Amino acid sequence: MIEVHNLVKRFGKQTVLNGVEFEVREGETVALLGPSGTGKSVLLKTIIGLIKPDQGTVYIDGKDVCKLNRKELSELRSRIGYVFQNGALFDSMDVFENVRLGITDQDKYTDLPYVRERIAEVIRLVNLPADTIDKFPAQLSGGMRKRVGIARAIAGSPKYLLYDEPTSGLDPVNADIIDGLVQRLDHELGVTSVMVTHDVRGAFRVADRLALLSEGKIVMQGTPQEFLESKNEKVREFLERDFDNPSFAA
Amino acid sequence: MADSTTLDLRQLTGRFVLDGASQVGRLTYFVVDMIRGLGEVRIWWPRMMVEAWNIGAGSLFIVLLISAFAGAVTALQTGYQFTGSIPYYVVGTLVTSSIILELGPVLTALILAGRIGARYAAELGTMRVTEQIDALESLGRSPSSHLVIPRVLAGLLMIPALTVFANLAGVLAGWLSVKAVLPVTDADFIYGAQYYWRPWDAWYSIIKAFFFAGSITIISCYMGFNTQQGAEGVGKSTTTAVVTSSVLILVLDTVLTRLLLNQ
Repeated sequence: MIEVHNLVKRFGKQTVLNGVEFEVREGETVALLGPSGTGKSVLLKTIIGLIKPDQGTVYIDGKDVCKLNRKELSELRSRIGYVFQNGALFDSMDVFENVRLGITDQDKYTDLPYVRERIAEVIRLVNLPADTIDKFPAQLSGGMRKRVGIARAIAGSPKYLLYDEPTSGLDPVNADIIDGLVQRLDHELGVTSVMVTHDVRGAFRVADRLALLSEGKIVMQGTPQEFLESKNEKVREFLERDFDNPSFAA
Repeated sequence: MADSTTLDLRQLTGRFVLDGASQVGRLTYFVVDMIRGLGEVRIWWPRMMVEAWNIGAGSLFIVLLISAFAGAVTALQTGYQFTGSIPYYVVGTLVTSSIILELGPVLTALILAGRIGARYAAELGTMRVTEQIDALESLGRSPSSHLVIPRVLAGLLMIPALTVFANLAGVLAGWLSVKAVLPVTDADFIYGAQYYWRPWDAWYSIIKAFFFAGSITIISCYMGFNTQQGAEGVGKSTTTAVVTSSVLILVLDTVLTRLLLNQ
C-alpha cells in the first residue's frame, strides 16, 4: 500500500506540491490526472525517493521512504518498477542489457540462462518481436522504446509499477496499444500501479480509481463513475476540456 | 547610493560564499558516495576496463603529437637562447627536465581535460537530463558504481600512463630537433640529460599526473551528474567542467611543485 500525507515540495519560490494526500491500495490501479506542469511526475518521483520532499511523508508497505537509508531504499526500489516518460533507456546499451538491468536480484542478474529466459518472457509480454533484444534504443520507434521501458520495469517482478505518462508523445493507435498493455499487465501480474497521465480517455480505460492533482493538491480521488458524476468544478473543467461526450468510459 | 552599493557587494559576497560552500559540500558528498560504491567491484570493474581502453587508445595519438611538438619547440628555443654562451650538452638537461617535470604532465592533463573531461560531463549530463541516471536509481542500482567509479578509476590509471608516453615522445622529439639545427651529438644530449637526472623526477611527473587525473575525472563527472535544464544545461556543465578542471590543474601544479620539489 502507498500512502502520501501532507506532501510539500518547492523548487525555489515555486510550490509544486502543497499538502498532497494520496493513497493507493493493494492490487489496484490508480491514474493520477492533471494538466501538464501540475507536479504529477514530481509526486511520482517523490514516492520512489528520487526527489526529497520539503515536508510530509510517503509510506510504502508501512515504511517511510524519506527516512530509509541507502541500502533500505535500494531494497525498496527493487520491488518497484518505474516506467519513465521517454523510456529513459541507456542509449549505450542494447535492449538486452537495458532490460537485464531491471532484474534487481543480483544473483539472478548474473545467472545468464535465467537472464535470457526472463528477458525473452518480458519482451513477449510487452508484444515486441524477439529480435528487438539485439537493437539499440536509437533503432527503435517511440512506441517500442516505451514498451522496452515497461519490459525493464517488470523484469524484476515488482510488486508496484509506477508509470510516468506512458502514452505521451504517441499517436492514438500506439497510445491505445500501450493502455491495453498496461491494463493487461496489471491483471496478469497482479501488481499495484500508479499511472501519471493527462490522457483522460486512457485513464478511464485502465484505472480502478482516479485522482486529480490541481494547484498542488489532490482535489478528488474516486472511481471513474464517481468522477463522471462529480460536481467538483475543477473535475468538471478537466474532464470537459478533453471530452465532449462522456460515453468514453464505456 | 553608496549604501546600496555596499549592500549589493555584501549580498554578492554572501551569495558567492554560500554557493561555494554548497558546491564543496555537494562535491564532498559525491566523493563519499563514490568511495562507498568501491565495494561493488563486479559492477565497476568491466566498465572501468572499457573506459580505460577508450581513454588510452583514443587519446594516445593526440597526446604524443602535442608532446612531440612541445619537446621540439623547447629544444629549438633552448638552442637559440644558449648558443655560444653555454655548453651544448645543457640543451639535453633542459629539454629532459622541462618535459618530464612540467610540460609532459601539464600538457597531457590540459589536453585530456578537453578531451575526456568534456566527454564525461556531456555524457553524464545527457544521461541526467534524459532521466537515465534517475532510471538507474529507480532500479535500486548505484549510479556511482555504474557511471562514476569506472570513469574516475580509468582516468587515474590511464592519464599517468599517457603522461609517461608523452614524456618519452617530448624528449625524443626534442633530441631529434636539436640535432637537426645545432651541432649537438647524441653523446652531448645524453650526457646533459643524465647530468642533473634524479629518479625522483620521473615519480614526481607521475604523481602530478595522478592528481591531475583525479581533478579532471572527478570534476567532470560531478558537473555532468549535477546537470540541469536540458541541452543548455549540458553545454553549461561541459564548459564548466573543462574550465574548472583546467584551472585546478594549474593550481595543483603550483601546489605540488612547492610540496614535492621543496622549493
